[in-house]
Amino acid sequence: MRVGVITFPGTLDDRDAQRAVRLAGHEAVALWHGEHDLHGVDALVLPGGFSYGDYLRCGAIAARSPIMTEVVEAAERGMPVLGICNGFQMLTEARLLPGGLVRNQTGVFVRRDQVLRVERTSTDWTNRFDEGQEIVIPLKNGEGRFVATPEEIARIEDEGLVVFRYVGDDPNGSVDAIAGLANAAGNVVGLMPHPEHAVELGFGPTTTRMKSGLDGLDIFKSALERIAA
Amino acid sequence: MTASTQRPSALRDTVDRAAATPEREQPFAALGLKPDEYARIRDILGRRPTSAELAMYSVMWSEHCSYKSSKTHLRTFGQKVTPEMGERLMVGMGQNAGVIDVGEGWAVTFKIESHNHPSFVEPFQGAATGVGGIVRDIISMGARPVAVMDALRFGAIDHPDTARVVHGVVGGISFYGNCLGLPNIGGETVFDAVYQGNPLVNALAVGVLRHEDLHLANATGVGNKVVLFGARTGGDGIGGASILASESFDDEGPAKRPAVQVGDPFAEKVLIECCLELYAAHVVEGIQDLGAAGISCATSELAANGDSGMRVELDHVLLRDPTLTAEEILMSESQERMMAIVAPEKLDEFLAITGKWDVETSVLGEVTGDGRLVITHSGDVIVDVDPKTVAIDSPVYDRPMARPEWQDALQADTARNLPRATGAALGDQLLALAGSANLADASWITDQYDDYVLGNTALSTPDDAGMVRIDEESGLGFSVAVDANGRYCQLDPREGAKLALAEAYRNVAVSGATPVGVSDCLNFGNPEIPAVMWQFAEAVDGLADGCVELGIPVTGGNVSFYNQTGETQIHPTPVVGVLGIIDDVDRRLPSGWQDDGQALFLLGTTRDELDGSAWAGAIHDHLGGMPPKVDLAAEKALAGLMHGVAFEGLATAAHDLSEGGLGMAVAEGALRFGNGARIWLSGITERDGVDDTAALFSESGARALVAVAREDEVKFTGMCEARGVPVLRIGVTDATSGEIEIQDVATLSLADLRTANRAPIRSRFA
Repeated sequence: MRVGVITFPGTLDDRDAQRAVRLAGHEAVALWHGEHDLHGVDALVLPGGFSYGDYLRCGAIAARSPIMTEVVEAAERGMPVLGICNGFQMLTEARLLPGGLVRNQTGVFVRRDQVLRVERTSTDWTNRFDEGQEIVIPLKNGEGRFVATPEEIARIEDEGLVVFRYVGDDPNGSVDAIAGLANAAGNVVGLMPHPEHAVELGFGPTTTRMKSGLDGLDIFKSALERIAA
Repeated sequence: MTASTQRPSALRDTVDRAAATPEREQPFAALGLKPDEYARIRDILGRRPTSAELAMYSVMWSEHCSYKSSKTHLRTFGQKVTPEMGERLMVGMGQNAGVIDVGEGWAVTFKIESHNHPSFVEPFQGAATGVGGIVRDIISMGARPVAVMDALRFGAIDHPDTARVVHGVVGGISFYGNCLGLPNIGGETVFDAVYQGNPLVNALAVGVLRHEDLHLANATGVGNKVVLFGARTGGDGIGGASILASESFDDEGPAKRPAVQVGDPFAEKVLIECCLELYAAHVVEGIQDLGAAGISCATSELAANGDSGMRVELDHVLLRDPTLTAEEILMSESQERMMAIVAPEKLDEFLAITGKWDVETSVLGEVTGDGRLVITHSGDVIVDVDPKTVAIDSPVYDRPMARPEWQDALQADTARNLPRATGAALGDQLLALAGSANLADASWITDQYDDYVLGNTALSTPDDAGMVRIDEESGLGFSVAVDANGRYCQLDPREGAKLALAEAYRNVAVSGATPVGVSDCLNFGNPEIPAVMWQFAEAVDGLADGCVELGIPVTGGNVSFYNQTGETQIHPTPVVGVLGIIDDVDRRLPSGWQDDGQALFLLGTTRDELDGSAWAGAIHDHLGGMPPKVDLAAEKALAGLMHGVAFEGLATAAHDLSEGGLGMAVAEGALRFGNGARIWLSGITERDGVDDTAALFSESGARALVAVAREDEVKFTGMCEARGVPVLRIGVTDATSGEIEIQDVATLSLADLRTANRAPIRSRFA
């Protein structure tokens, strides 16, 4: 399967996301934000970084990039789309996902190996997990605090859109400890932590052994299975 | 491409006018030039300089750019070399950064640089642009930057101003490095009152490249284009030029300019990717980043290095502020700019790539063959100089040196006379050391840095060295550590510098890598004071001798003088970065143990060396005596052994012994993964004839603590003996006890140790 990884000016984790796609058994296709062309990919990853230097609002300018017209169209057609960190911010800015992300409550950038609880497995990116499973995924952001209006939060919870929640102390101060969301159809998922940093032995989060966490790999593999099915 | 709009100026100081008005007074003193330096410029030119030329000479002949006080000593590094040291060296001192051949067709470039003074004035931007500047040095070698590190020194942790500087500096490094997408893989944090009004912010960057991608800062090829690209040129970082502008000829220009540059990491990230695409397309003949002295430096260095000339039209510089004068444009230190030399037939392709990345680009002029750097502005020639007189043949000072008169008294004041504890009180001292500012857990700082990005980080803080994979297929990687000990250097700058080298070398070795190169950042006080100059000369000499003995070259670095608070000079602080190679990062060794029931071995010999130690400082507030003896042969043997041990997979963890001695090494090794240990000191005290205090807290060099699985013990000790490294089984790991038991002395719970260790930095600054 061909998975497109979009690079925007200021994207940082694009090569990591490409590596994760490869390790999950897919073919990674590098896509450029300035083109109106998805090159026939089967799924999309919007990687992390500081697109446009986080100017205006995180992800706001990138969400208006040329390629986003095609991304929104594909997402609405049901193509699996994963937004990681800055990519999650873009998905909310593009209104593919509800709510928004603002400055961490502590005011500082935080990097840690974060335990998440998988709340929803009926998505294209989490179907290999068990509901309630706890996984360890690296987290690194300055603006990862999920916020939404009370009405939106009520809808998000009612419709079961929450995919991941922080376990233990919430690193960002997110409403309801929300770490990641999906759309109702389950093909679009956004999360603040970085699954592409938990895909390779020796370079992942520290779990039982140093840098041995591989939970991110299942997120990338999930999409493959869904498409293959 | 649009040219800047320039005001017509009837007052423009041209070369012709300078020749016709020799009597005109010029503000050379306000620009930092001495009368004899000004006279020398007139001599070189055979006339008075134009104000633009004066601007160029004044910045390029500044201490920061010209190394005029240090040059005569730095030559030592070039003189003290052996063939062994040159084996892997692809580019040595003199270019933007040194380059080392690491095998498999790969090369690594790395350099450490200071940004001390801006970081006191404006800590956030000062530190941020420090990272930005060193990363551009790496890019300009043709490399992809892949990691950064920082060595930070602040004032006393409880001083009311320290928090301002800490928050600013850490925030600036976090902001800039994270936004650039470079993992921050290590460094050090020190608090000492001597750095109160003068923090040290030293940033190191590492890049990797294929051999064939090497680029140099040489302007060659007559007719090649001189291209400026990146951010626009603005009025930042030109305090000096403002003096010139306001005093001499332009009363209507903007008066005050910020002296500290402002960084835009997004612009730099785009610049990195843009440059790498330019290199891949082979459209760059020579390249130089713009840092200190901006266009003055880039044009004169490119032309001087290339043995060529250059003709530049300043009107083509894209400006953020159209009111900038020619002098300000020449001196501006606006960040995120690069200058490339491009063959005319490749210019279109070059512009297509910078266009793709939305990087603004303008052609300023071209390379000439007449050995002159000629700069015009609105058609007038405002600079006409031999670029070598600007960039290379700056004044050289052999400043007076004198061993400080207090040195003898300080060295005589040994820590031997300090009271020593026994039994449980030694446990309390270990707890106090773990809770002292300079041995504290710095995770509140490092948790603000991304060490995951790029996906190749094999080791990072709090391990002894940062390690990064270079090649995903083979696992080839590099390891790098930075170290300094200003306290040792205050006691003896020559030996102190060697000790810094030895510690960085050892840190790289215990990670499993083989040390191959050095970059140094020499932070000292006011060089016009003979005692400071003596400290500098001693340290340089010590470092050069140490490198010869270890067989690894200094590949580059920088010198920072005038680090002082009022009249108080900082401790001499040569920060040494050592780079190592590991053929497969899978063989890395973390600094702590992950398994139960493994043997803990102490490598090396313990002497009673507590002068200048963390124990003397943190427990007794004492600094005096002679630093630990340097034994580089023993360091070399230890490093060779550690390479063998890692290669054969005989150890599961290794931690160097340094500040806080064995006690802190055991504490840190246990806290790394939260696994306890039981150790006994009797073997050390009996074999080495030292007491428990020395066994626990002495800072003798060439030692390491190594965890070994039971089945590998025999092979491990056999290898130690074969290589002549003293080895002693001093303990066993315990993954269940949750404590460190020092037999017959004291028992400490890991929870208490962690609480104490985290308190100084996290509780104060979070």
